[in-house]
Amino acid sequence: MAPAPHRILRVKRETHDTFTLTLEVPEEAGGEFAPGQFSMLYVFGVGELPISISGDPGVPGQLVYTVRAVGKATGSLVKLRAGDWVGVRGPFGSAWPVEAARGKDVLIVAGGIGLAPLRSVIYHVLNNRDAYGRLTILYGARSPKDLLYRVDFRSWSRQMDTHALTTVDHGDLRWRGRVGVVTTLFRYVRLVPERTIAMLCGPEIMMRYVCAEIEKNHQLPASQIHLTMERNMKCAAGFCGHCQFGPYFICKDGPVFSYERMKPLLGIYEL
Amino acid sequence: MSSREEGLSGLVDLPSIGQLISLLERQGWRVIGPTVRDGAIVYERVESIDDLPRGWTEEQEAGRYRLKRRGDDALFGYNLGPQSWKKYLHPPEVRLLEARRENGLLKILKQSDPPPRYAFLGVRACELAAIAVQDRVLVGDRFADPIYEARRKNLFLIAVNCAQAAPTCFCTSMGTGPRARQGYDLAITEILEGERHEFLLEAGSEQGASVLGQLRARQAGPADSEIAEKMAEHAASQIHRRIETEGLHDLLYANWEHPRWDDAAGRCLSCGNCTMVCPTCFCTNVEDVSDVRGEHAERWRRWDSCYTLSFSYIHGGSVRRSVRSRYRQWLTHKLASWIDQFGTSGCVGCGRCITWCPVGIDLTAEVRAIRDTPTRAPKRRENRNGES
Ligand SMILES: Cc1cc2nc3c(=O)[nH]c(=O)nc-3n(C[C@H](O)[C@H](O)[C@H](O)COP(=O)(O)OP(=O)(O)OC[C@H]3O[C@@H](n4cnc5c(N)ncnc54)[C@H](O)[C@@H]3O)c2cc1C
Ligand code: SF4
Ligand code: SF4
Ligand code: FES
Repeated sequence: MAPAPHRILRVKRETHDTFTLTLEVPEEAGGEFAPGQFSMLYVFGVGELPISISGDPGVPGQLVYTVRAVGKATGSLVKLRAGDWVGVRGPFGSAWPVEAARGKDVLIVAGGIGLAPLRSVIYHVLNNRDAYGRLTILYGARSPKDLLYRVDFRSWSRQMDTHALTTVDHGDLRWRGRVGVVTTLFRYVRLVPERTIAMLCGPEIMMRYVCAEIEKNHQLPASQIHLTMERNMKCAAGFCGHCQFGPYFICKDGPVFSYERMKPLLGIYEL
Repeated sequence: MSSREEGLSGLVDLPSIGQLISLLERQGWRVIGPTVRDGAIVYERVESIDDLPRGWTEEQEAGRYRLKRRGDDALFGYNLGPQSWKKYLHPPEVRLLEARRENGLLKILKQSDPPPRYAFLGVRACELAAIAVQDRVLVGDRFADPIYEARRKNLFLIAVNCAQAAPTCFCTSMGTGPRARQGYDLAITEILEGERHEFLLEAGSEQGASVLGQLRARQAGPADSEIAEKMAEHAASQIHRRIETEGLHDLLYANWEHPRWDDAAGRCLSCGNCTMVCPTCFCTNVEDVSDVRGEHAERWRRWDSCYTLSFSYIHGGSVRRSVRSRYRQWLTHKLASWIDQFGTSGCVGCGRCITWCPVGIDLTAEVRAIRDTPTRAPKRRENRNGES
């Protein structure tokens, strides 16, 4: 229930508003997590907020989070420096179906900060390269200055049997890459529906378009598509009620769900 | 659990109820019971029989509550006030933690003051059911809330059987009352017949039997339990409010877009009264504060309501911006999604939300309206959740 103090080892600036914090895990805390899980990070006196673990599950002793400063708590979180302390509760929630995906092709579709919770699954697939088939990563950001993990991305795209594509909604003068929403990247990929597991994270509206695209145009059954949901969270333990989405508590039933379970609810206005 | 002791019963007189209170106090319990305050019967600490609402009852209707004299000496001759026992088990405000910043280090200080051992005197059957619902939510799921758990585990529960029902009651629809059947240490049936004023006490646990054994109780006979059964039947016969629960879950799930939600939203003030008075509503908000020097910080947890805009706020805006969506969330949660989440309805039929709604919205009527004109073709509107 009470957060455990963790020391910040490094803060890396990813973009103008997004930073990656690496925390040292105290011995007694363990630090194990499954890709897709999140923690509640406590900033002294400011608040506690849900942040996905974006680090490499194969590297023990540290917890990595990528935070986009959008308000009060995230704003003060990214102002912290190496040596500062944050409180950590967790990890909480469901994980990406990395076991079910064994032996299959993996399709990753991310929008904006949504790449953060998916990065840990990308690490997992690359750490266990032989256990998985083709890895496809489709990533859309608002503009070139919002692109996360540029170094990682270049290295992913050079891996064997890996296809990593980026697009931006709006380019700038120097941008030579693709322009358009993330669904436009689907014209470059061919999926084998029987052996593909898709994992999606991004704004809800984007995920709905992507789900429709891969279900209709690529014949992927809804049960093979997984996505993460985001709702207000105060406790992460099923007590505060804030994260409810129809019958589900996003904090303990999710945040990762199959599209099969989310589909009947996603279209309901203001649910 | 039907040892001979638990089946123990006895008859006591009026002063013995006072003795029961002092006996429990002496044995380390803090007795909370009904008392008159500010024109309502509320649950507060009671130290003697004089604190109980002797001779009082209430009038209840949708949007209306008024205390009234009964013309007799009944101690438990009312039904339900605005408060429920969740006030003690799931406190409206509690400090979750204290943190200190010392020499650049973050220290989280554990909360340790143990809660009092509560004895609740006068728990109605629907309220026992409500406590069972909150048990399921706050300790019976994946995580246990230590605050609730600590208060719950040392509880002494004294139920009171209803001899009458309020017009807002519908426990019979929800299968929770009017007679307490389980989940208590002692159950009281107040017998008022002509000159006779006695209390039938029935033990429901070993702890209850032991307390009963310490009171000067007269042997109760089959005729006494028959009277208790008759009184429960009489109370049940006064209940006219009803919710048809058969198929209710599927009905609400099929009617997310029913026009009745707009109609209710036109009346609902989104004040959240219904969630505050409801004995099963459990939602909370968490707030962090620190001193000006930034050395000492605290986290507080307070009751929250799904009727507030901030409840569903995520970056980019609240998910449930319309009153329509918030009323729908509350009602659908109570009567339908609660069943998926916890295997039980979130409503025990106490009627408080009806009485304490300033505009008299009655969930049983809202459900009936939806049942009478179900729609199956949802009107789709573009969802803006997280669109930013
Ligand atoms: C499971 C999950 C994983 C997440 N992972 C990440 C991540 O890896 N990186 C990242 O940058 N962001 C992530 N978020 C979003 C992040 O939690 C919010 O951006 C953050 O809570 C906003 O807080 P704030 O105080 O800075 O914003 P403000 O706008 O000042 O918010 C005020 C309060 O509203 C609530 N709130 C606002 N936005 C959200 C939100 N989107 N989700 C939940 N509560 C919110 C919080 O309680 C917050 O304290 C995640 C959210 C969830 C639910
Ligand atoms: S929803 Fe209304 S009637 Fe049902 S338990 Fe809550 S307050 Fe009582
Ligand atoms: S239904 Fe009544 S009590 Fe509940 S929020 Fe609306 S106006 Fe308030
Ligand atoms: S975050 Fe509190 S119930 Fe899910």
